[in-house]
Amino acid sequence: MRASLLALALIAGVALAQADPALEKRVTGLAHELRCLVCQNQTLAESNAPLAVDLRNQIREQLKAGASEQDVIDFMVARYGDFVLYRPPFKATTLALWAGPFLLLALGIAVLVRRLLRRRAPGPQLSDAERARAARLLE
Amino acid sequence: MRLGWVVAAFAALVLLLGVGLTLNPREVPSPLIGKPAPAFELPLLHAPDKTFSQKEMLGKVWVLNVWASWCPPCLVEHPVVTALAQSRLAPVVGLNYKDARDDALPWLKRNGDPYEFSVFDLDGRIGIDYGVYGVPETYVIDRRGVIRYKHIGPLTPEVSRKKVQPLLRELAREG
Repeated sequence: MRASLLALALIAGVALAQADPALEKRVTGLAHELRCLVCQNQTLAESNAPLAVDLRNQIREQLKAGASEQDVIDFMVARYGDFVLYRPPFKATTLALWAGPFLLLALGIAVLVRRLLRRRAPGPQLSDAERARAARLLE
Repeated sequence: MRLGWVVAAFAALVLLLGVGLTLNPREVPSPLIGKPAPAFELPLLHAPDKTFSQKEMLGKVWVLNVWASWCPPCLVEHPVVTALAQSRLAPVVGLNYKDARDDALPWLKRNGDPYEFSVFDLDGRIGIDYGVYGVPETYVIDRRGVIRYKHIGPLTPEVSRKKVQPLLRELAREG
């Protein structure tokens, strides 16, 4: 029963795909921007988890009904949160996420520059007496 | 002095990674907390000719538990859900998610039916509206129909005792 339903859904999916390649392209484009909640390191486009299939169908349906890309993204965010976006938005809660790497980079550069400058600085200067003594020792 | 810095930096890193280890990446904070429970009208699992809408629960504190017969963790949490329902703190409504009646009804017969009733979400559409991504999931909804808490994955006795039950008592007092 379940298998035949699945086969039917597959056939329907393929038929749809052939029906409107432009729509399918938009669906795939969006699906690449959205995270599959079940297998978190895959996009909706890559995942074959049942939920990912459902959500792809959702996207297709909504686009077909005239929704814009942004409408679909808003629909997903309202249900699953910013986590569903592969490119998280820039806001207060994601500040550390966006700024963190750059801060670490700046910190690293600062430490490096400090070290390099310190290395180039000449060592302690010898007094005349010490110079004379060194010359004597080297003779 | 320099050694001090190195040790401090190392300790900070250990602390950061240590905190990271205690977080659960599967627990995605739901944007639905504090928002009205998404509207639905679904047929009952036991009586396909009758429907239930979340509106009917306005004025009551209740629990919505998403389950399916094909979901092993649902079986794991079943005794906890049963105990929660038996505590009579709040009615527990089941959302039977992407299941078949022929599987779901025998499952309840086998394992006991703690639910006031279950609604039947065949294509998982209402599940999507509720942001369901890992069955089982459990929602606590207050008198005004606002989602106050969501638990993803099997309800454990600890979560039930320390989070869900105190919240239900508190919401009942809110009046």
